[in-house]
Amino acid sequence: MTALLDIDQLLDQMEGGLRQVLEQRGIESPVLIGIRTGGVWLADVLSKRLGTEEPFGELDISFYRDDFSRIGLNPRVKPSSLPFDTEGRDIILIDDVIMSGRTIRAAMNEIFDYGRPASIILATLIDLGARELPIQPDVTGRALALESHQRVKLRGPDPLRVELQEAGQ
Amino acid sequence: MTANDSSPHHLQLTRDGQLRHFLTLDGLNRALLTDILDTADSFIEVGERTIKKVPLLRGRTVVNLFFESSTRTRSTFELAAKRLSADVLNLDISTSATSKGESLSDTLLNLEAMASDMFVVRHSQSGAPHFIAESVTPGVAIINAGDGRHAHPTQAMLDMLTIRQKKGQFEGLKVAIVGDVLHSRVARSQIRALNELGAGEVRIIAPGTLLPKDVESLGCKVEYDMTRGMKDLDVVIMLRLQKERMEGALLPSEREFYRLYGLNQQKLALAHPDCIVMHPGPINRGVEIESAVADGPQSVILNQVTNGIAIRMAVMSMAMGGQVAERQQKLSERGQA
Repeated sequence: MTALLDIDQLLDQMEGGLRQVLEQRGIESPVLIGIRTGGVWLADVLSKRLGTEEPFGELDISFYRDDFSRIGLNPRVKPSSLPFDTEGRDIILIDDVIMSGRTIRAAMNEIFDYGRPASIILATLIDLGARELPIQPDVTGRALALESHQRVKLRGPDPLRVELQEAGQ
Repeated sequence: MTANDSSPHHLQLTRDGQLRHFLTLDGLNRALLTDILDTADSFIEVGERTIKKVPLLRGRTVVNLFFESSTRTRSTFELAAKRLSADVLNLDISTSATSKGESLSDTLLNLEAMASDMFVVRHSQSGAPHFIAESVTPGVAIINAGDGRHAHPTQAMLDMLTIRQKKGQFEGLKVAIVGDVLHSRVARSQIRALNELGAGEVRIIAPGTLLPKDVESLGCKVEYDMTRGMKDLDVVIMLRLQKERMEGALLPSEREFYRLYGLNQQKLALAHPDCIVMHPGPINRGVEIESAVADGPQSVILNQVTNGIAIRMAVMSMAMGGQVAERQQKLSERGQA
């Protein structure tokens, strides 16, 4: 099981996938935005691997979640920080795990409140399926089908590692 | 239900300790006050964007109920609600239905029937927001925007946010509150917040006639002489001289007050060189504070206004969040029963 979730392999996969998409679309200077918390760690690593010059952005989507009317406000919200103008830019949006797609919807709503980007590429480390919205990553480290008792979690930031947890263990 | 359950600080929290109203700082512990400051920090960033809006309270209705006039507090509450995407209704009650003989309770029940989710209440009577939360409209989140001489909790919290921004922490800070403490609901809330957040020393600098009887029991030192009181200060908070509330001759004259308790550059020079100067506004130039100080490099008076919007966004979204979470919990309990 550990071999399946080798973080370096997953990151190689993401880096390769991103380089391919950027080349296909003719994008030369993308900016990276990571979704807190895991996505920010990944944005840090991938910005070094891709050699992007600008600092990456950090997004906290707590103010944009669609479950406020059920669970209220996330008490551990932190400020978002996009140290560049998003208007007209090509953005690579990064998160650790994609499942329902709701986090990505919230993140895109937030990004649009900063300006109108030229394009957004979605890159996720792990795709668990179980989508509830029509949102698909352009690049994925790996697709995983979990049993109902299994959970996957990115730990970090140093070292980054993916943990597969069996419920009840 | 014990008698305690209806006290303001039990009333304003859900069973799991989240805010559902914001009536007073009494009974709110350091962790919750810090949560409010941290959440407000995130809202400051929203205020710096081109589009200064987040969708948290989209579709919710917030009613500003001001039974007492106010410009800054009302407008910052209004902006805060709008930046959270709520719909806002501003009611100046002194000019509306109550003057036609409608009782307060009837006015409020009518507003509740319009499916309001939150009332922001300012009232000249101490305890009015508590009364509304407890017995008039229990399903509506109530935010206290200043009640009588009792409390002004959002003002105190925006002051705490400003102090934390400028000083980094509260431990060891020497803070003085200067002026009309007797009539000030702000001072009471500030003293409570500073003590709970761990400030090193809270001093009151005022003439005896402008001090409440129980002042030392609030948890502060009293200093009648301002030149002594200014020594080693990290923060000086000036209060407005509430001329409209002066009953009888508590002061010889405004000029005398300014000479003894007004903040000028000479007196400020007695404090730490990096002492910050605060004032809740509106300022009476030449009555409590010299223009050169109010507009000077140590003044953070306008930062307080900016921070007021962020604090009000934090408190409104946390209280609304507590209300909805609680409603959801009750529904699911009913479903299981």
